[in-house]
Amino acid sequence: MSFVFYVLAALTLAGALAAVTLKNTVHCALALTVAFAGLALLYLDLDAQFAGFAQILVYIGAVAILIVFAILLTKGSETPKEGVYSKNSFAGLVIAAGVFAVLGWAVIESAKVLPNETAAPSVTVLQIGNALMGRYVLPLEIVALLLTAALIGAVIVAMHEKGGAR
Amino acid sequence: MTPLTSYLLVAALLFSIGLAGALTRRNAILVLIGIELMLNAANLNLIAFWRYGPHPEALTGMMFAIFSIAVAAAEAAVGLGLVIQIHRHAHTTDLDRMNRMRG
Repeated sequence: MSFVFYVLAALTLAGALAAVTLKNTVHCALALTVAFAGLALLYLDLDAQFAGFAQILVYIGAVAILIVFAILLTKGSETPKEGVYSKNSFAGLVIAAGVFAVLGWAVIESAKVLPNETAAPSVTVLQIGNALMGRYVLPLEIVALLLTAALIGAVIVAMHEKGGAR
Repeated sequence: MTPLTSYLLVAALLFSIGLAGALTRRNAILVLIGIELMLNAANLNLIAFWRYGPHPEALTGMMFAIFSIAVAAAEAAVGLGLVIQIHRHAHTTDLDRMNRMRG
């Protein structure tokens, strides 16, 4: 494996670890942005240019900003007195470690049958556009419908109720 | 270790970190951050399998990842809208204190 991969993997995992362990919620959101950027660079390292730039646009440009908005709207940046971890955090850690053990074991065990290094595929945005408008046009329309429904749903859920509704 | 194995291990580690975050934190927004990390780990798997699979020119894994990114964006918007509404209603985002279903 190349040096670039190790640097990017370390950056991504460090960002993810900081995002779930830091005390201040705003710092968590910023660490999450670092993890998203590391993932986008990993996609670029995997020759998936379109997915990498879509990751930057969607996650760093929209999801991270949404999370910061939600933190500031809910005053979530104040560290609570009881600490940031829930009562059952030890059980959660054990479950996460168990899941990682199972996944890691499965990956290592199946390493022999996994495909090895292949030549880098050359995929242009033109090909992706043709595929989206041809073979994948139905999923594309469904995603468009889903995004419209999510947009309307999010606005209705977060909307202020006027008058004596509450 | 082959490249694909390394990517799968990184994705497994990322998924476990996200799962640990979602299971151990009190704040509902931090739980959503953990869920986003888990979704991203799945996307990394999809892209890695697309890159090292037998037919990358068919674009299947890439398309799967792109649609997954779109669905994750919708999920984040609705999830954070719900958190904001819960905070307006119960004046807290602490999941340990959300223990009743009526208002």
